[in-house]
Formats: sequence, C-alpha cells, structure tokens
Amino acid sequence: MRNARHFAPGYATRDHAALIAANRHVLWEPAWRKLLRYTAIAGFCGLVIAGLWHIDATPQRILPGLTRLFMLLPMMVPPEPGDFLWTYLYAVLQTIAMALVATFAAAIVAVPVGFFASRSFNRCAPCRIILRRLMDIVRSVDTLIWALIFVAGVGLGPFAGILAMAFKDTVVLGKLFSEAIESITDSEVDSVRATGISGIALIRFGYMPQLLPIMLSHALYFLESNTRSATVLGAVGGGGIGFWLVDRIGVNDWQEVSFIIIMLIAVVIGIDWLSANIRGRVIGSAGHIRQ
Amino acid sequence: MPPISNTVPPLSAPVRRVETLRRERAQRLRRDLVVFGGAFAVALALSLGVGEVNPAKFIEGFPRLFSYIGRTAPPLDMAALDASLAEWFWRWNIWSARLFDTLVIAFLATTFASLFAFGAAFLAARNLVPRPVSIVVRRLLEFFRTVPELVFALIFVFAFGIGPFAGFLAVLVHSTGSLGKLLAETVENADDRDLEALKAMGTSWIPRVRFALVPQVLPNFVSYALLSFENNIRSATVLGFVGAGGIGQEVMTAIKQFQYTDVSALIVMIAALVMVVDMLSGWVRRHLVEG
Repeated sequence: MRNARHFAPGYATRDHAALIAANRHVLWEPAWRKLLRYTAIAGFCGLVIAGLWHIDATPQRILPGLTRLFMLLPMMVPPEPGDFLWTYLYAVLQTIAMALVATFAAAIVAVPVGFFASRSFNRCAPCRIILRRLMDIVRSVDTLIWALIFVAGVGLGPFAGILAMAFKDTVVLGKLFSEAIESITDSEVDSVRATGISGIALIRFGYMPQLLPIMLSHALYFLESNTRSATVLGAVGGGGIGFWLVDRIGVNDWQEVSFIIIMLIAVVIGIDWLSANIRGRVIGSAGHIRQ
Repeated sequence: MPPISNTVPPLSAPVRRVETLRRERAQRLRRDLVVFGGAFAVALALSLGVGEVNPAKFIEGFPRLFSYIGRTAPPLDMAALDASLAEWFWRWNIWSARLFDTLVIAFLATTFASLFAFGAAFLAARNLVPRPVSIVVRRLLEFFRTVPELVFALIFVFAFGIGPFAGFLAVLVHSTGSLGKLLAETVENADDRDLEALKAMGTSWIPRVRFALVPQVLPNFVSYALLSFENNIRSATVLGFVGAGGIGQEVMTAIKQFQYTDVSALIVMIAALVMVVDMLSGWVRRHLVEG
C-alpha cells in the first residue's frame, strides 16, 4: 500500500489534485513561457474578434439570417425537378463530359510541359525558372476566374469551361509531372540510354514505364476535382449544371434547388467511386502515390 | 566431331507451363486494354459531343484567346516605370482593401473550421464512438465538403445578405467538411496503445481523448489547418462573384467590362497574395514537422 502511494499518489483513488501535486516537476513551466503562451492566445483571440468585426458579424445580421435560413429548409423539401427533369439530367451529363474532356486534354498536354519544367530534362535553368514562375501564377488563380476570362475570350458555353479547366490543370499537372520526372530512379533510364537510343524513344522506354502509373493516378485525382469544379462553372456561363443552380436560386424555386444539389452530390460521389475503382484496378500498387 | 545442333532442345514441362501462363496473361492484358480503352474512347467521343467541342470552335476560339491575352499586357513604359505602374494598378487602394477582406474571410473561416473539425473528428472516428454516431457525423461532413462553396455562398447571401459574412460562412462550412474528414482519418490511424492504457485505468471518455489522442494528433491537425488556409484563400477569391465579399466582385467587374489591363493587374495581385500565404504556411509546416 505504501509502495503504491509512493509510486503515484492518487493513481488508485483517481484523486486528480493529488496526482497533479505529485507530478508538479513535469507540469511546471517557467513564468516567461507561461506569459508568452497567454499573450499569444490573447493576441490570436484579439485578431479573431477584430476580423469578425471587420466582416460585420453582428447579432443584427446573424439572428435574422438564421431565421431566414431555417425558413429556407422546409421550402426545400420535397426536392422536385419540376418540368425540367431532362434539362437537368442533360446538364449533369454535360458537367461530367466537361470534366472528362478537360482532364484528358490536360493530362496529354501536361506530359511535354512536365518534361520542359523538370530539372533532369531541361538544362536551361533560366527558361525553367521563368516557366515555373508563370505556372505558379496560373496555379494560384482559381478555376472560376479563369472560366470567367475564357468566357469573355471565346463566348458562353461548355467549351469555355472546358478550356478553363484544361488550362489550369495542364499547369498544375505539369508541375506534378515534372516533380515525378525529377524523382524517378536514374539507373533505369541510364540502362535504357546505354542501348544507344535517345530523344522520344528514350522517353518512351526509359521514363514512361516508371512515370505512367504516377501520371495516371494524378490524372484520376484531377478527374475527381474537375467534376467538383465543373458543377459551378455554369455560374459564370461556363456550361453544365451550375447555370441552372444559380438560375433556380435567382427565382426562389428552392425545391428544384435542393433537387439539383442532390444530383450534384450524387455525381461527385459517383465519380469519386469510379475513379477510386479504376485507380485500384489499373494502377494497382502505384495507386497510393500522392497523399 | 559431332555436328553442332542449332535446333532448340524441347522445353521441359515446368518451362512450358510458365510460358503458357505468360502468354495467357499477355492476352488478358491486351483484352483489358481493348475493353477499357474502347469504353474510354466511346465516353470521350460522347463527351466531346455533349461538351460542344469541335474543330470549328478551336479555329475560331484560339485567335480570339491570343488577342485577349495580348490586350491584357500591361501598358509598361520603361522610361517612366513608376508612372506606368501607377496607371496599371490605378485602383490599387480599393483592390488591396478587397484583398484584405479575402484574407480575413479565409483566416476566420479556417480558425472556426479548425475548431469545429477538431470536435467533429473525434465524433467521426470509428474507434472512439458508437457506429451510428460516427456514421451520422461522417455523412454530415461529406455533405459539407461535396456541395461546392459557391452554392453555400449563394444560399448564405440569400439568408444573411450581401457581404463578406456570407462568404465567411460558406468557406467555413466547406472547410469544416474537408478538414473534419482528414482529421478523423488521423485520429483513426493514431497509435491506440495510450488509449487502451487509459481505458484500462477506467478513465472516462473526455480525458481519454485529451491525454491519449490529442497530443499525438495535434501536430497533424495544425499542419492540415494550415493547408486548408491555403485552399481557403483561393476559394475566397471567387466568392465575390455571387456577392459574398472579397476580391471576386472586382475581378468579375473587370472581366465583364473588358477592362483588360485591370484583369492582368488583379491576377498579379491575387497570385502574389496566394504565393506569399503558401510560402509562409509552408515554412511553418516544415518547422512543425521537423521540430
């Protein structure tokens, strides 16, 4: 009994005060660190409060808003397509089609881009750095902004949406591909080079066997993310279901809005499932790369 | 001297067996390739039709795109650089105020989403709570992250009125969904030996989670929260398209009114903000992982 008390007072009785008292040497913290910690926490809370004030998060805004939000929910059930079931189904199909075409085009174009942006392939450091900076700029700007620009450039419709997604994804995939190219094992490439081939044939037989599974895996992830982006491109005139969503919200037809949202969730989950399936089946062991 | 035979000796039974298997495998692979490739080709052809992509559009669209890019080129004059820069960024004070709003939206949304996701993660982890609870929380998180931010933004603008507060709520909801999922996975993958030890001591649920899991998963939590901050900055740039605050309103006006040089100025400013945030957050994350 004495031994047990000596070992850890409060252990058997779950007496927390005694437990804390006995382990003070572990829990002790110098005063300056304590002060620093509390100052940091207080500073952070101050920033949050200042931010809330800045975006005008007042009770006068929140309370009526919540009331309106809860008024909205009963207006959304039951979800109904109204007279537009086939229109919506076609728009959903168009959304998926846009994602597929954009991903495919981006994956093809991104291969040469990736080689040009990779250190192991492009020896001209200044060109590489300029290319990478340009790619960083494209990457930092949201797909929806690019879609708006492409709509202004080539006109309304799914073509503009496809171009916007393909443009941004070419750049992002190009960067991912260039990293993949830089990280593959050189010995395999060297052994193929030793047979005397070069150029395209070297890429085909030296690089591609190692790269293809990684590239496919990345491309499948982009199919998923493009399906998500494509659902809202219609909001800026880029085609797909997003147009109808914005339109129905605009005319306060909330039953149709909830129907469209449900369709949209079904599509996203369906494509995720399909992509995970294909990734597992075609790519097998390489499917886990990234994340 | 016996003549040298140049005929291949008959293959032994095991070798024949392996050869047959190899041939069958190659055939199977080829068949799969034809089936999957064929299915993909059909899907792509359909998508090109539904997505309204055709050569005429390409021929018509591309020159227009290049002329668009040409017109966005800034009116820089090397002789009077500061004057021409001032002309390019003529609305810089308004733009930086809106960019600051964007930053505030992302900061607040990330902070609150981290708090909510932190709570939800433990309620979604299959190893901590009864199955029905984890299923409900998981479905809810899935709903939050599957519905695009822009859709939430549209609904919140309707309920709470135009302004950054609606945008903050939209990013908050979406980010809670995606962060909650990542955190729940971290919790499920955590080492459960400490948890078992505390369970054996008869500790109740909250201290069990607090002392066995939180210390293990906290660095990952912070790292994910920073990643989601980077994402949220990008999303917050487009919320203004639907009146939910931030730089998006300015971007939309510039593009729709064909203010070409404003478009390029805004893209440069957005890219600069995103890159700076990415850089800082990457630096912090690296220090977290190392130290």
